[in-house]
Amino acid sequence: MSMEAIAVSPEHVVGACAERKAAGYRFVTMTCVAVDEHMLDVLYHFDKDMELEHLRLRIPKDSCVPSITPVFFAAFLVENEIQDLFGLRFCGLAIDYKHSLYLDEAAPKAPFCKGAVDASPRPGGKPPGDPESSE
Amino acid sequence: MFSMAPSLMRNFFSKKATRRYPQVARPPFADARGELTNDAALCTFCGVCAAKCPSQCIRVDKKSVSWQYDPFACIYCGICVENCKAKSLRMHPHYRPPTVVHEIIVLHGKAPGAVSRKD
Amino acid sequence: MPVSVIPFGPQHPVLPEPIHLKLTVEDEVIREAVPALGYVHRGLEKLAEIRDFQQMIQIVERVCGICSMMHSLCYVQGIEAMMGIEVPPRAKYLRVIWAELHRMHSHLLWLGLFADSFGFESLFMEIWKIREKIMDLQEATTGNRVIVSVNVIGGVRRDLSPEQQRMILTTLKDVEDEVRRLEKTLLDDYTIKKRTKGKGVLRSDQALELGCVGPVLRGSGVAKDTRLLGYAAYNELSFQPVVEPDGDCHARGKVRYREVLQSIDLIRQALSKLPDGELSASVRGRPEGEGTARVEQPRGELFYYIRADGGRQLSRVRIRTPTFANLPALVTMLPGVYLSDVPVVVMSIDPCISCTER
Repeated sequence: MSMEAIAVSPEHVVGACAERKAAGYRFVTMTCVAVDEHMLDVLYHFDKDMELEHLRLRIPKDSCVPSITPVFFAAFLVENEIQDLFGLRFCGLAIDYKHSLYLDEAAPKAPFCKGAVDASPRPGGKPPGDPESSE
Repeated sequence: MFSMAPSLMRNFFSKKATRRYPQVARPPFADARGELTNDAALCTFCGVCAAKCPSQCIRVDKKSVSWQYDPFACIYCGICVENCKAKSLRMHPHYRPPTVVHEIIVLHGKAPGAVSRKD
Repeated sequence: MPVSVIPFGPQHPVLPEPIHLKLTVEDEVIREAVPALGYVHRGLEKLAEIRDFQQMIQIVERVCGICSMMHSLCYVQGIEAMMGIEVPPRAKYLRVIWAELHRMHSHLLWLGLFADSFGFESLFMEIWKIREKIMDLQEATTGNRVIVSVNVIGGVRRDLSPEQQRMILTTLKDVEDEVRRLEKTLLDDYTIKKRTKGKGVLRSDQALELGCVGPVLRGSGVAKDTRLLGYAAYNELSFQPVVEPDGDCHARGKVRYREVLQSIDLIRQALSKLPDGELSASVRGRPEGEGTARVEQPRGELFYYIRADGGRQLSRVRIRTPTFANLPALVTMLPGVYLSDVPVVVMSIDPCISCTER
């Protein structure tokens, strides 16, 4: 099964969101997905009359995405979340937490990117009562 | 303004909503998911429970024929019981009593040959 | 007038969970509110990379302690749509019954906490006393009190025996009587009205623009309910979204109160129509592709995005919880409110912070 998403470029993403706002769409949320080590997919989800519409923006990890908060103020939380978890930057954020929404200074940077933290499956699981694993 | 007054009066003269817990305990529901036990005599140490467990609280070692279970990491979902082919795992309706020590349950089976042999 | 900044939370008597609000106050009136999160971030979405897609059910159930059933429902519906699994009709009805029990206990919990937020302790205890009956029903029918863990990919794990169905119906009768007895107090009491009417007003156009969901949106007069999508067995049950036009704290409370009664009605309908048959369909293969799923949680629309590339593990699970969508509304509601009304307004969106941060 595949999800239909309209591809947009970074220059047009704010305009495309403004069009949808004018057409009466409700902003649902954004999703960031690590495609590989360098590329990220940023998906914008909208809802109108119970039907979802998706925009897809594929960009390199170190680029700066124009923030859509001037159009949809509600996006400030999710854009800060993506900034924290994926290290992607958003330009023109209404409220910029500067990578401190979820993570503190000691936390690993951009933990949700591919290869950022060791997430290889451990066969057999951790030994029960392992002193290292008791948080 | 006094709309709660009838409720208050009713509460004065009706049965208590709470019970004196350690002395009066509610009997557990028949299907509740409580304490997990394993019967080492029936267990084949196949390791399916350890593989299926979402919280990885069970560890099975086929070499030393042991079954280790950390009740403090267990989330009492009952997935292991449903997947147990030997029917040695069981969930009792009552909960584990509170303890002050982090106790890990380890069960040992007989030598591998003896376990699989059936008369 | 000099401006001062007052921190609200993360530890505050009215907050069940930690959220920090930086309130800029001018003579007792809020001018600006900025939320700060991050106290309970667990990174649960990342676990999708090391647990297989079956074990993820138990993980997503732990996103929220109050609406665990809805999280697993949304997740399994997403996976089922991806794998093309047809769920047996009995399982669909059972899912509705447990989902509505969850909605009832969540709304009763909130109504109690809401009463607590303006200091009505006896009402708080009264409501939680009723809620305990629902918790007992959940434990008796599913095995666990809160995290019921009944959903599997393709169906449900438990059945309802005829005695259990009778037990649900008799308990619901008691609960309905007791909830109706509180109606006058909850909706018409002078003090409650004084503390909640006209507080934290959100107009319908604002609510839509800010992407609000659930009782916050319906309390502002917008008839949107994700259950109208007709997932599980909702397409075969008759109900109308509960809407209140005022958009203040009182309206949001009223929506939740009426939804408790709506849930009782939906459970009765589902039990009367409960078909016979299988509890779950067989699952073959692994999910592949990407998709979204939505369900109506007690706090509003829950949104899942799932991507899989055919392996045992999913490559991405994104969870957008309703509080995440309602927090921007809180930032808009608070300016203009008196400092003493902040707890009431904050509680009125039913904040669930550990869901929000996951």
